[in-house]
Amino acid sequence: MLLIYCPYCEEERSELEFRNGGDAHIARPTNIAEISDEEFEAYFFLRDNPKGVIYERWRHIHGCGRFFNAARDTVSDRFITTYKAGEPKPDLDVEPKTPETVETYEALEGAAQ
Amino acid sequence: MRKYSVFAVAREALRGHKGWGPHWASPEPRQQYDVIIIGGGGHGLGAAYYLAKEHGITNVAVLEKGWIGGGNTGRNTTIIRSNYLYEESMDIYEHSLKLWENLSQDLNYNVMYSPRGVMMLSHNIHDQQSFKRHINANRLYGIDNEWLTPEEAKAYCPPLDISKTARYPINGAALQRRGGTARHDAVAWGYARAASDRGVHIIQNCEVTGIRRDETGRVTGVDTNRGFIGAKKVGISAAGHSSVLMQMADVRVPLQSQPLQALVSEPLKPIFPCVVMSNSVHAYISQSDKGEFVIGAGTDQYNSYSQTGGLQIITHTLDAICELFPMFRRVKMMRQWGGIVDVTQDRSPIQGVTPVPGLYLNAGWGTGGFKATPGSANLFAYLIARGEPHRLAAGLTLERFRTGRLIDEAAAAAVAH
Amino acid sequence: MTGVNRISGAGRLTPARTARFTFDGRTLTALEGDTVASALIANDIHLVGRSFKYHRPRGILSAGAEEPNALLDVSRDAARRQPNVRATVQEVFDGMKVSSQNRWPSLAFDVGGFNDLLSPFFAAGFYYKTFMWPKAAWHKLYEPFIRRAAGLGVAPTEPDPDHYASRYVHCDVLVIGAGVAGLAAALAAAKAGAKVILCDEQPEVGGALHYDSGTVIDGKPGYDWAQATGRALAAMGNVTLLTRTTAFGYYNHNFVGLVERVTDHLAAVDKTLPRERVWQVRAKKVILANGAIERHMVFANNDRPGIMLASAARTYLNHFGVAVGKKVGVYAAHDSAYEAAFDLKRAGVAVAAIVDCRERPGDAVLAQARELGIEVLAAHSVVNTTGKLRITSINVARNGGGTTRKIAVDALLVSAGWTPSVHLFSQSRGKVKFDAATERFLPGTYAQECLSVGACNGTDDLQATIDEALAAGELAARAAGAEGGAQVALTGRNAFDWTGGMHGAAEGAGADTTVKAFIDFQHDVCAKDIRLAVREGMHSIEHIKRFTTNGMASDQGKLSNMHGLAIAAEALGKEIPAVGLTTFRQPYTPVTFGAIVSHSRGSLFDPARKTPIHAWEEAHGAEFEDVGNWKRAWFYPKAGENMHEAVARECRTVREVAGVFDASTLGKIEVVGPDAAKFLNLMYTNAWDNLKPGRCRYGIMLRDDGFIYDDGVVGRLAEDRFHVTTTTGGAPRVLHHMEDYLQTEFPHLNVWLTSTTEQWAVIAVQGPKAREIIAPLVEGIDLSNEAFPHMSVAEGRICGVPTRLFRMSFTGELGFEVNVPADYGQAVWEAIWARAEPMGACAYGTETMHVLRAEKGYIIVGQDTDGTVTPDDAGLNWAVSKKKPDFVGIRGMRRPDLVKDGRKQLVGLLTKDPKVVLEEGAQIVADPNEPKPMTMLGHVTSSYWSPNCGRSIALAVVAGGRARLGETLYVPMADRTIAVEVSDMVFFDKEGGRLHG
Repeated sequence: MLLIYCPYCEEERSELEFRNGGDAHIARPTNIAEISDEEFEAYFFLRDNPKGVIYERWRHIHGCGRFFNAARDTVSDRFITTYKAGEPKPDLDVEPKTPETVETYEALEGAAQ
Repeated sequence: MRKYSVFAVAREALRGHKGWGPHWASPEPRQQYDVIIIGGGGHGLGAAYYLAKEHGITNVAVLEKGWIGGGNTGRNTTIIRSNYLYEESMDIYEHSLKLWENLSQDLNYNVMYSPRGVMMLSHNIHDQQSFKRHINANRLYGIDNEWLTPEEAKAYCPPLDISKTARYPINGAALQRRGGTARHDAVAWGYARAASDRGVHIIQNCEVTGIRRDETGRVTGVDTNRGFIGAKKVGISAAGHSSVLMQMADVRVPLQSQPLQALVSEPLKPIFPCVVMSNSVHAYISQSDKGEFVIGAGTDQYNSYSQTGGLQIITHTLDAICELFPMFRRVKMMRQWGGIVDVTQDRSPIQGVTPVPGLYLNAGWGTGGFKATPGSANLFAYLIARGEPHRLAAGLTLERFRTGRLIDEAAAAAVAH
Repeated sequence: MTGVNRISGAGRLTPARTARFTFDGRTLTALEGDTVASALIANDIHLVGRSFKYHRPRGILSAGAEEPNALLDVSRDAARRQPNVRATVQEVFDGMKVSSQNRWPSLAFDVGGFNDLLSPFFAAGFYYKTFMWPKAAWHKLYEPFIRRAAGLGVAPTEPDPDHYASRYVHCDVLVIGAGVAGLAAALAAAKAGAKVILCDEQPEVGGALHYDSGTVIDGKPGYDWAQATGRALAAMGNVTLLTRTTAFGYYNHNFVGLVERVTDHLAAVDKTLPRERVWQVRAKKVILANGAIERHMVFANNDRPGIMLASAARTYLNHFGVAVGKKVGVYAAHDSAYEAAFDLKRAGVAVAAIVDCRERPGDAVLAQARELGIEVLAAHSVVNTTGKLRITSINVARNGGGTTRKIAVDALLVSAGWTPSVHLFSQSRGKVKFDAATERFLPGTYAQECLSVGACNGTDDLQATIDEALAAGELAARAAGAEGGAQVALTGRNAFDWTGGMHGAAEGAGADTTVKAFIDFQHDVCAKDIRLAVREGMHSIEHIKRFTTNGMASDQGKLSNMHGLAIAAEALGKEIPAVGLTTFRQPYTPVTFGAIVSHSRGSLFDPARKTPIHAWEEAHGAEFEDVGNWKRAWFYPKAGENMHEAVARECRTVREVAGVFDASTLGKIEVVGPDAAKFLNLMYTNAWDNLKPGRCRYGIMLRDDGFIYDDGVVGRLAEDRFHVTTTTGGAPRVLHHMEDYLQTEFPHLNVWLTSTTEQWAVIAVQGPKAREIIAPLVEGIDLSNEAFPHMSVAEGRICGVPTRLFRMSFTGELGFEVNVPADYGQAVWEAIWARAEPMGACAYGTETMHVLRAEKGYIIVGQDTDGTVTPDDAGLNWAVSKKKPDFVGIRGMRRPDLVKDGRKQLVGLLTKDPKVVLEEGAQIVADPNEPKPMTMLGHVTSSYWSPNCGRSIALAVVAGGRARLGETLYVPMADRTIAVEVSDMVFFDKEGGRLHG
């Protein structure tokens, strides 16, 4: 269970209070009625799904109710930062993968050959 | 390939089993293959097998970054069924189920396909309407699925609590008798052995780091931690990591990778015979041949490649299991684990061509990939060999997200797989 | 007498305090504080079980949680029966019943033991190679046989009467393990002022000090120091000390699950206590002081009852006062085993010999052995053992071969060295590193906020452990923000420094393809099985594990993993770290489902939501249905009525007189603010600017992909205030959906959203007499058709309390929906009922509501639609604004597939035989004779007997449905085919005049 810092409440709270809202910084086109099928597909369906830092939305649904954004490493599940909705995407100086953590595809695998 | 049989086992028993050779060969990779399949799970190994067996394409390599069968093939709850709602789903899952029925004999490897029945519990009128929609659609499509009364459900699975005083009483069930389970590792090993026997190269510890294309954009091969390996065609079948691999070809796909957890209990003597699923209370359970209760939990709510998840997900599942089976409260959880599933918005898979010529994608099986293994592998082989999808997989293309022709099993039924 | 092997004066239990229990029907006496294992050994019982596959007789191997063999069935009464209990952990209580498992007819004579003779056939993975012919036989014949043979204990067959508890807690420092290292770390952290939780799986603190008799800390015998320190810690206000508490899982972000066994050791159980309690701890820092686990020796027939870990024998002697035999042998590759021989010898037990496979045992232990007159056979190996149900002798040979010497023993103590317990560290996703010098995996790279100390960190020396633990405790406390207190200093010394250790099969273990030298006792995995797996091409340790099932038993490889790895490495010709280690997963030891579930059972599994009128409904005989987590009144049967009759009566009564319906579960959202109308314009397909205050309108909500998401009536109370209703099940997700768009896409709009579902009770009064029923109760609202026409809303009072009164109808009749504050719901309902009943009106439930709305062709989102239906599919194009430049779903619903011909459209269906009621979910075809797979045009979404139409009616989605009006289609059922005609969706009062009555 994750521990999440709500930038509005300024507190770390358990994941049970939050709902994940998918990718952040995907703006709904203001002229959405006019966009092409391809543009709509890109807006609504296509995602980076990064292995590394993801910018994602959370809502403190059982707390203040606010949506906010987070940068999290999807390999270690560690939060790098959280910030209020509407604030610009932070320029993070991090490696795409937190180097010291391991991916456990049964973690401690040696050479199988 | 040495044939496996009771006689071979008996012969070897007399000489300390010294005569068995490796299940599959471990050759050095060639410079160039006709087809490279990325991902040594059941789907990828199976596709290689069917390429060799049904399409005569044997210059094939399966590249696996870890050990074969170590992804979702080796960490699922092994449920097999085909009683889906939409024709596109019924086509592929029933094709798969038919292959399951002969797989042990086809591969000369006992994958322990056990048609012990998959029973899905209905708890309210909405469930009942949805299940009957499935049952009727399945019947007209030639797929077995039948409605049981609560008493019939209990007769089929005696420990089930069907009392009216339960928080969510059971008002019936849908039973697919041909549904059941199989032994997950055996699927990977059986396909690997049979594919290797037909000349397919199985290369473990070989992680793909790039997908190369020529000036026309066509695939020419892959970069790996063991160097460049050329190929005319490349198939991606790497559940969980599909997005990562497709990004190497600069293609974004409508997939999200999420942790999916499962657990087993300590081994116990047989107490229930079938697979029991409940969508309303979110649980599914079966008892393995070793006696462990195999229990599937839900996905965590966020994207992750960590193969771990929160205890609250497991807790929620056990809450539900203990409601359905109050006598299981004293049973103990022995091991829990996580896999990475890639899920699409319509909870249906993607199998088809990609914008990159020569690059084929098999992904998005979400929580339902194991049951689809033989069918998916068989049709993926067809796709790669012919360059166009088989009739039975024609609806699973990437294109549907642009046109809106979704196969929304989740919306139709909210079915946990 | 509490057992022939009890040694007076030895151990720490009180001789006077006894407890009686039965083992396989035989009554035995134990001392309070005994484990089942110590009590059985005290009574000279080593044979306690049979193995999984070969049904080999098995004894007690360990004295702790790592026990693979001694799994027993323990019961207090019939419903409180627990299979697979480790005898080495379970404490004896007076009156307990203990039975052995996996044997028939008896433990001593087990028919399944026949398997042992056939074992050459049952090599690892043999089942993959056979049982394939004939095809059906696997499921029908072989599998049932294998299933019956497999499994250990028998699952409980009665609902568990015990209850469990759960606690969430935060702390600065969580210390796991209360041995020397854990106690020292906790002491340092606590003295620094940190909020500390210290837990240990044993009943008392002390860890290895239970057996390690030669240790002195702070001038006291180690065990005494531990107890004194435990008491001192427990007395501190900032420390929580939890014994009998296992840290079973290390999860994300320093979340650790502990399970405390509260009553399983008590003879008389206070019913108010939970059986177990799960502590869900979020710690700023975690200190892992998990210790190490001794490994057994791998050699031929190393599994006979009476063979056990050397440290276990010391525990039985030094803590429980029990000698494990009368003439014991020792077989070791590590100095620690010598101390077991010394302790036993000093207690008067004969030690036959110490066999040590090393050329050079440690000098200090050799000297001590000489002094005590114990024969040491260095560079020797035990090559075989004898004894069917208990070891009787060992065969010893010099390494490299030669003659064997038979030595009679009744117990054999083994030690191949110690494996640091990195389980929790590994669960935290830390990466272990292999220490080549000591040949063991140790914590390497940390992934979370934790520190390892003591034996689990590879620290062997006692003083070094103490210093490391004290430093870690203080460091963790400081890092967590503690600022208090004094530094702690402690000194300790132990009797001997230990050297040695080995992995894998010992020399002279015999032919590598036939001899049974067990690695994993519970799963009967032998050294030869690992070698076979490698021969068969299983080169990854994960493949080897899965092929042989090594480490997959209920002990999860605590003893077997390193041996299996070493043998695999040897067979592969590789170094151990190049082969790798399988992953440690949660839980460390098995955890009861019930403890994880805790209070979330029965009515608390998912608390039922009930409306303010629920009690009245119950009192008036309503049957209820589950809708989401609501309980809704389904129908109100009168005496002697079945459901069909009750619903038919209710349906007729509403249309002939009137009916009263509890609509409180409808979701309600208050949308307020200067931009409220603008916001609703974006959230619904309809236009809202032109809706005048005092009027309401049916609205459709889409997702951005263009499919129907929800619907409901929205009333405008003022320019800046809307009362929005949603479907019963949709309320939370609709509010979330609205908040999402408001906060993140349209934050410039000045709007507030408030859920008011629970604030309003809603009473629908429907039918020709509806106005007459409520009129005398209403104040301040003119209910006339002219002043208050269909689709109006007004605020006023009813029965003297405030109301939001809607003139609306989901039945097609003159109707009102009375919203009153929830607290007044039942009182207002009763007042309305008092007027309605004498007029001949009825109370009606959801089933009648469904029939009445279907008679009018009103859809229910979620029943007549699923997530693939567009407004046009549902015939609701009239509710989609053609003028608005934007609303959620405007682009999605124009995608090619959503606008193409032939989509499934909602229509009415009339069976040719009006008496036949279609099955909801039935599929529709054009050609009933088409062979399977048939072409399905759609399905029946709603279907009822309509008393008011005097026939069956149905709604269905049908491909190209609206172009098929009047067409005959077919509904093929299992036993017959039903002909139907496609119709429009309104079956009753097609002109709609009744609404305005």
